[in-house]
Amino acid sequence: MRVELSHVYKSFGNVQANHDVSMTVEAGTVYGILGENGAGKSTLSKMLSGFITKDSGKILLNGIEVNIQTPADAICAGVGMLHQDPLDFPSLSVLDNFMAGRSALAKSKINKTNSKTKKTTGRDALAKELQHLSAIFGFDLHPSDRLANLTVGERQQLEILRLLSLGVQTLILDEPTTGISASQKTALFTAVKQLAAEGKSIIFVSHKLEDVEELCDRLMVMRQGKVIGEAEVKVNGRGRESAELASSLVEMMFGRELAIPAKHGISLDHQEPALVIDDLLVEGDRLSLQIDKLTVKAGEVIGLAGLEGNGQQLLLLACAGLLKPKSGTIRINGTDMTNRAYNYFRKAGIGYLPADRLQDGLIRGLSIHEHFMLRQSSSGFFINWSDTRKFAQEAIDTFNIRGKTLTKVEKLSGGNQQRTQIALLPEYLSLLLMEQPTRGLDIESTLWIWKQMMERCEKGMMIFFISSDLDEILQYSDRLLVFSGGKVSQPMDAKTLTVDKLGQAIGGKFA
Amino acid sequence: MPKNLLSLQILKNIPKVTYFRIGAFIVALLFIATIILLSSGSPPQVAIGMWNGAFGSSDRFARVISTLCPLLLAACGLIFTFTAGLYNLGIEGQITAGAIATTLILRLIPEGFPPAIAIILAMLSGLLGGGLWGLMAGLLNIYGKVSEIFAGLGMNFMAQGLALYLVFGPWKRSGVASMSGTEPFSDAFALPTINNTDFSPIALAIAIFALMVTAIAIKATYYGLKLKAVGNNLRAAYVLGIPAIGQMLSSFVICGALAGLAGSLQVVAVFHRLIPNISSNLGFLALLVVMLVNYNPFLILPIAFLFSSLNVGSLELPLSLNLDSSLSGIIQGALLLFAILGEGLAKLSKD
Repeated sequence: MRVELSHVYKSFGNVQANHDVSMTVEAGTVYGILGENGAGKSTLSKMLSGFITKDSGKILLNGIEVNIQTPADAICAGVGMLHQDPLDFPSLSVLDNFMAGRSALAKSKINKTNSKTKKTTGRDALAKELQHLSAIFGFDLHPSDRLANLTVGERQQLEILRLLSLGVQTLILDEPTTGISASQKTALFTAVKQLAAEGKSIIFVSHKLEDVEELCDRLMVMRQGKVIGEAEVKVNGRGRESAELASSLVEMMFGRELAIPAKHGISLDHQEPALVIDDLLVEGDRLSLQIDKLTVKAGEVIGLAGLEGNGQQLLLLACAGLLKPKSGTIRINGTDMTNRAYNYFRKAGIGYLPADRLQDGLIRGLSIHEHFMLRQSSSGFFINWSDTRKFAQEAIDTFNIRGKTLTKVEKLSGGNQQRTQIALLPEYLSLLLMEQPTRGLDIESTLWIWKQMMERCEKGMMIFFISSDLDEILQYSDRLLVFSGGKVSQPMDAKTLTVDKLGQAIGGKFA
Repeated sequence: MPKNLLSLQILKNIPKVTYFRIGAFIVALLFIATIILLSSGSPPQVAIGMWNGAFGSSDRFARVISTLCPLLLAACGLIFTFTAGLYNLGIEGQITAGAIATTLILRLIPEGFPPAIAIILAMLSGLLGGGLWGLMAGLLNIYGKVSEIFAGLGMNFMAQGLALYLVFGPWKRSGVASMSGTEPFSDAFALPTINNTDFSPIALAIAIFALMVTAIAIKATYYGLKLKAVGNNLRAAYVLGIPAIGQMLSSFVICGALAGLAGSLQVVAVFHRLIPNISSNLGFLALLVVMLVNYNPFLILPIAFLFSSLNVGSLELPLSLNLDSSLSGIIQGALLLFAILGEGLAKLSKD
């Protein structure tokens, strides 16, 4: 089925999640949507599959405009989506899950029923259909197994078969290769190619370059809700020069705007190491991070580069004292921080600026003033209203926060929330850990924040920061580490790197 | 014409929420009237009957106050746990535990001990007993990863079971064990009351004092602010360096202690003995009060007063109108549900 989007817009509050997005997916092809987290890929696929509705624009299927309001509408129109985290019922059997969703079809407003959806809904007949479909794709699924005992990959396979049996002609796969084994990935890719050969259209959403390169015929890159560009992956069946494509895609994903130098001017040559990491092993939910040795000098800025979720955050959380390493030591200014409590890390002068400001950094429902009271909270029993108000007002002036002392933090814009977070940091820090410090901020705020940070570095503060903006990393880091699947490259000197080289390193090949 | 326009302008300046609140209150009254009509009563008669039941005589009014005191204490306790984002449904058990601890001390006191000191010790013991019961729910919640709702309900059953065991077992009346409770204490161990009514000025003073301390603690201390921070965003509060676990545990202990004190009053001021249902569901009633006041300690007094008046007033209904006294529960529940519905609709219309 040919899928066309024409000038689609969607916003959540002030955030333009999709801005004038148009794309065309031909029947029988695999179409990739590539972009960093927050680029608008998920919004786009959720609009196509009926989980959210578009603000304006058109969706055309086989040239006919459709009005998709619910997931059931989408399935009736022939569009099904495989979600990043399986949306199924773990406590039910494989067959029960396979049968789920059939009754909803009858009630849907879109009555474009095709022959398949009218099929029998008998249990036995459906069990046969499931086994038949499994056999075609070479999946090993047993109708009576409990879903909870299946791996994520097998649950994906079941979900694909379920959508196919509902008559889906267009399949959207949202980050399908996260959390599945290599052999399951091979099986998935084989199945996807088979479906495309049958004339179905596949939309493959990912931030993994290598997956997209391997599977897709065409792709588009999204950034900040907009389509940045399109690219042909396979010309006449022959793969294009892979490295060339990869670097052009990385360039599109991360962009190259913003380059006003403000790097600190201190010389690091004669400094003693202030932070020493030895044999560190940190375990996260999906991967573990290993670092053999890392030493950092006072005033040094270390950029942590890599596609999101490759272990950068684990390093930050371990250094912040928010995640206990499995083994290894972190030493700051000679003090061993192993097994210390979080507050000990704070007292040792370690600050943390989380990426999700309203989730991890600031407290919804509390005003700027109340946040400053909390900072003073160890200073007595009764709240000192006048002093804390004075501090808050000073901070608002110094940090140029567009808000009043009584403004609740959730009413502030992203940039002003970030300024508030920075204003709340202690005056002297030996190490600052920042996640996406300028994500979603305007250029003015971005430059202002880095100016503040560079001034602090000149006083000896070290910075570790994660950014998906390669220019930002190259601009402000002294050295940088590239993360891939929990493995970390040797520290690279930022002066000798270019965006192209860094892009290739991030694509999986350490230089 | 201009006059009309002016009054419209004034109406427009009233925040929308106010309309929803007033509307919800009217709908709740209509709903309650319908229920009364359905049970073949007359709404005006019921209103008059309940008014008389609560305020018809000094005796009855004294009972309103004596119900109000433990209700205020329990509601004050719940303000702490609600502010910390915790639904402490274990409040009933904490009241019962306080009552048991109070009874224990009064039974242990030897003959001839000064009664004033005995009562003080007994009430301190109630404070401690309730606090410990609250602490256990907190420990289950924080270290056992049990939802505080289920931990609290479980501890309620334990306290109820313990009370039943004591009333029918070791502490039974000589010869007979009955639902009417343990042997009543001598009058010397009861809080002094005025004119032979249930009105105890000391109990009221304790409750009002607790209310003032609560309001100050929540609104004007760093402790209350930190509690609010933990309740609004546990993760961010922790990242900002607030000892979240200590804050949550302390709110359980404070709530339990205030509830335990409420249980103490039930023993020394109301029943003068331990009965199986010593909490008289005041804990659950306090939950309704606190949900209705929406975290605002200053509104506790009027709402708690309304609820205890409804409770006491409805006791007259079976006698005068042949209606069941559980009507007060329906009225209280309906007021809360429609109030919450009104807030919800106001929020929806804002979006």
